Amino acid sequence: MTATSMDTAAALALGDDALVLSHRLGEWAGHAPVLEEEVALANIALDLLGQARVLLSLVGDEDELAYLREERAFRNLQLVEQPGGDFAHTIARQLYFSGYQYLLYERLAADGGPLSGLAAKAVKEVAYHRDHAEQWTTRLGDGTQESHRRMQRACDALWRYTGEMFRPVEGLGLDAEDWVLLDAAWTARVTEVLTGATLTVPEGPRADAWSAGGGREGLHTEPFGRMLAEMQHLHRSHPGASW
Amino acid sequence: MTSVTTEAYEAAFDAAVAADERIEPRDWMPEAYRATLIRQMAQHAHSEIIGMQPEANWITRAPSLRRKAILMAKVQDEAGHGLYLYSAAETLGVSRDELLDKLHTGRQKYSSIFNYPTLTWADVGAIGWLVDGAAITNQVPLCRCSYGPYARAMVRVCKEESFHQRQGYELLLALSKGTPAQHAMAQDAVDRWWWPSLMMFGPPDDASAHSAQSMAWKIKRHSNDELRQRFVDICVPQAESLGLSLPDPDLRWNEERGHHDFGAIDWSELTEVIKGNGPCNEQRLGQRRRAHEEGAWVREAAAAHAAKRRTAQHTEPREATA
Repeated sequence: MTATSMDTAAALALGDDALVLSHRLGEWAGHAPVLEEEVALANIALDLLGQARVLLSLVGDEDELAYLREERAFRNLQLVEQPGGDFAHTIARQLYFSGYQYLLYERLAADGGPLSGLAAKAVKEVAYHRDHAEQWTTRLGDGTQESHRRMQRACDALWRYTGEMFRPVEGLGLDAEDWVLLDAAWTARVTEVLTGATLTVPEGPRADAWSAGGGREGLHTEPFGRMLAEMQHLHRSHPGASW
Repeated sequence: MTSVTTEAYEAAFDAAVAADERIEPRDWMPEAYRATLIRQMAQHAHSEIIGMQPEANWITRAPSLRRKAILMAKVQDEAGHGLYLYSAAETLGVSRDELLDKLHTGRQKYSSIFNYPTLTWADVGAIGWLVDGAAITNQVPLCRCSYGPYARAMVRVCKEESFHQRQGYELLLALSKGTPAQHAMAQDAVDRWWWPSLMMFGPPDDASAHSAQSMAWKIKRHSNDELRQRFVDICVPQAESLGLSLPDPDLRWNEERGHHDFGAIDWSELTEVIKGNGPCNEQRLGQRRRAHEEGAWVREAAAAHAAKRRTAQHTEPREATA
């Protein structure tokens, strides 16, 4: 599969999403609330890293792209670069992102475009990620008062980053109408899960008024640079070395 | 039914062990056998869990995406091994929560090796090659251990561990054949991990408290010193093909014994590490306790939610069929 310049932008956007979220989930290793979640979060991180490697390889050398770009050249959503916070923040980030990724990959898998093969494989993994996030949203939302409070706080805090997911990505072959439909399907699903979990759908801005969202143009939030410093340090310390 | 005396149970147990039959959870077993197994399996499970930390320390800094994926998969496998081992220990009538509590309060140990820090990326390779190598040398005989659930857990664990060990070796090989700085990094890691790895086999035979009984019960099949020797003999040619030296001036082939002679181990260091005075004891246990404490609200939420679901199932009428 060769990438045209059009799908280069798309592969980079989706690849960076997967790369950055995988990294954030990798930060949980050894810190999870139960052993089963050590396994689950690492598993999801590995799936995403696998997706990232395929997508970045469509664009160029995966390691050059991951380790030698500076933050202004990354095209990931601001949502996925948000620090893990408590377990509820991680679950809210997973709920929002896996819901988006599932719908997008399902759509791409169906349309026979250049990323359809990859999307068809990834959508099976993402179905698990979404199930995991939805189940935890339900447990935490409809668990104890404390977990309800934390889950609501996390959903509210990350809400402003969800509008960016439905800004058109160049090269995916989707038109404006498709993005509106994806957004509507995502909103319906998330509303159903949050409501079922006795949580309130956040009311803050997503895409109108002021809301976050410049990741696709390389405009990121402050924690992202620090994340890259850690991720890239060793690779950059040994220019030209192979590992 | 006639009443069977403890002596008869003991005789049946001894006969089963002598005949290399597996002891299963419902079988009668001496209390001391049960206690020894609980201690050993719990310590083994704890080691898998604490052992995630030194390697997880490098997940966010792994120098290539391929290496990062391998390392993540490895740390995930370790959590999985911890889960099998806690399950196997639970067949002896203890709960995972109890065992974790003993770990967190320092009443049960984990392998002393994980109290050493991972200071460079090469340490990830040295852990794979040497630490996992030593673990496999110890654990392969456990696949024939007299207690069935432990033996079966070891079969699965050993398969995955061998894979990790080869990956560690391959990581070191890439460094050894890489730039001079990478080679030096690999050598430094092997220099730091060699002796602690030899200590993983436990104290010398004449100072090992539990060995004789464990061998009689066929929990252990070989002595500490036998396994340590086997490990040294395996590592020497591997170090040569890695192009790395082992930090022991007394290491040499002994034609007469058909084994490598090696230098004296500094047992006082192991004693200190076991007592809690190693470089990372505080940090490792501290992180484990913190993860557990900070996760308490999550576990409570899951339990509360499950209880609500159970209540709902009991009280809601079944849907009428059409």
